Amino acid sequence: MITVLYFARLREALGRGSERLDLPADVKTVGALRAHLAGRGGEWAGALSGPAVRVAVNQVMADAATALADGDEIAFFPPVTGG
Amino acid sequence: MTVRIQTEDFDAGAEIARLRAASRKVGAVAAFVGVVRDVNEGDAVAAMTLEHYPGMTEKSIEEIVAQARGRWDILDVTVIHRVGRLEPADPIVLVVVAGAHRGEAFAACEFIMDYLKTRAPFWKREETPAGARWVDARTSDDAAAERWRQKS
Repeated sequence: MITVLYFARLREALGRGSERLDLPADVKTVGALRAHLAGRGGEWAGALSGPAVRVAVNQVMADAATALADGDEIAFFPPVTGG
Repeated sequence: MTVRIQTEDFDAGAEIARLRAASRKVGAVAAFVGVVRDVNEGDAVAAMTLEHYPGMTEKSIEEIVAQARGRWDILDVTVIHRVGRLEPADPIVLVVVAGAHRGEAFAACEFIMDYLKTRAPFWKREETPAGARWVDARTSDDAAAERWRQKS
């Protein structure tokens, strides 16, 4: 199982802040997970596409090539706007 | 180092006094307070709500402070960032840096703020007369952080 978190406008667009799912056998990287989730269609395709989606794996910034493993916490969110 | 994420207000004076008194080596304390404005992108802002990523927020700020300590000879740092609903004139963020000399304290304080704005996972949603909207990241903030990039 992996935990996937969504923040800010992604959380709102997707109607959920988190979910747990089994890591599909063919999903080995962040990029593949993003494509897998976008493949759910509807708002998923829109919210997870485009350059303005950031990803963290186990609370460290990641990119499309970052490898995933069972037990990981993956977060998708827009560019940050704190301070 | 002290890093706190909290909904309640902070006492900047007390935090400055605490760092000043911590060591006799302290010769300079630089502090920055970020405040909610009542206007953004030309629209009135009645309030904003700050969301964050608990756990990663603290880690990312600690990492930014560690980088600052690697670059400048500073003695101690406090960062307090508020979350939840805030109104104009409310303080959002406090960065206090104590060092032996002002140059290092000023530089480290500005570096920490520039990196916090572009790297720490916070998001602002503001309430305007046209409804609530998520605040977009600013390219000027990216440019401010980029200034600190070190030649390798």
